[in-house]
Amino acid sequence: MSILAYNGGAMVAMKGENCVAIAADRRFGIQAQTVATNFEKVFEMGPHLFVGLPGLATDTQTVMEKLRFRKNLYELKENRRISPKVFAAMISNMLYEKRFGPFFVEPVVAGLMPGTFEPYICNMDLIGCINQPTDFVVGGTASAQLYGMCEALWEPNLGPDDLFETISQALMNAFDRDAISGWGATVYIIEKDKVTVKNLKTRMD
Amino acid sequence: MMMQTEMNAYYPDYSTAPIQRQINPYADNGGSVVAIAGNDFVVVGADTRLSSGFSIYTRNQNKLFPMSDTTVLGCAGCWCDTLTLTRILKSRMQMYQQEHNKQMSTTACAQMLSTMLYYKRFFPYYISNILVGLDNEGKGCVYSYDPIGHCEKATYRAGGSAGALLQPLLDNQIGQKNLVKPSSEDLSQEKALAILKDVFIAAAERDIYTGDSVLINIITKDGTKVETFELRKD
Repeated sequence: MSILAYNGGAMVAMKGENCVAIAADRRFGIQAQTVATNFEKVFEMGPHLFVGLPGLATDTQTVMEKLRFRKNLYELKENRRISPKVFAAMISNMLYEKRFGPFFVEPVVAGLMPGTFEPYICNMDLIGCINQPTDFVVGGTASAQLYGMCEALWEPNLGPDDLFETISQALMNAFDRDAISGWGATVYIIEKDKVTVKNLKTRMD
Repeated sequence: MMMQTEMNAYYPDYSTAPIQRQINPYADNGGSVVAIAGNDFVVVGADTRLSSGFSIYTRNQNKLFPMSDTTVLGCAGCWCDTLTLTRILKSRMQMYQQEHNKQMSTTACAQMLSTMLYYKRFFPYYISNILVGLDNEGKGCVYSYDPIGHCEKATYRAGGSAGALLQPLLDNQIGQKNLVKPSSEDLSQEKALAILKDVFIAAAERDIYTGDSVLINIITKDGTKVETFELRKD
């Protein structure tokens, strides 16, 4: 089995009307054995910037720390906050540096562009190839299920409340059909003047 | 380094072992099947694309096989196995008819299919089978199989190349999973048909082996109605 599927996990991000959402499951397991159900895969990297790192759990944490380090240096040098687009380019660059011995994560970036507050989402593969669609991105071991759910549920210009409902239903129903994802979920709704974090109660089997 | 001794010297041109070659007896020709059962009906749909790798053999291939007046089998996977299996199944249905002077019931056909698949346990038919029909009370039923004959009765099921994309959607929309207020209404034929079409649109968007069009069979006590529905063709 692939190293990317060693720990399991599901991740999705969606664009809405003046808002974006990113959601992930909370399972940490070793193959089929669940070890913890409070594992965070989504990290705050700025006031309107979140990154999700599904994949090998050890690389999730290593990549998160390396990204935070690079982001801090950037912000100190430039004396301004990093934009989601630049941050995505930074991740892509960092992953490609390890082209022939990669980190086993498939990052998902979600945020609002500084100034315009325009929604931004993207994901990439483990060596940093960026995909920047207009609707939604998925990642992790339940990505096939998530594609099916999102393709049917997502529609343009969803408000924050509808976006929350859509992303939650997409994620929950998707990971219920994946044996190594689930066991709770966290949803972040990012708006211009607030970020809402919600922990979902889901079936725990 | 030690010199190679005469005992284990390597002379490739004078090898005495027979040359072994292997062929792959299976092909994945893609395709998806979705079935939804209601109280007095069952609908089953299969896309009409037949493909291999990145090429399309045909955009118009029926993958639904009527077994009796009230039973239909949907197949996705290795097309040559599908042809063989359905041919044998149909002849078994005919033999039953001539021996017992009646058509085989959906439940009996479901059991027979499981037995026939397991008979080839160590050289299986590489097919995702979904058998649908009306049971003896006229209620819609769906049976799904793995390639070696494990059978499960359900009320809805997605199988084939887009099975993973479609099944959670059916769980949500028909199984009412993860809903705060599940509706207690019975599933109507119109709603089942609408959901079936919607899930195929979603699958055709992301699965390259699913597309072109959907062929739908609607089975009720009055017989089988056939419908087609266009999907994206890229």
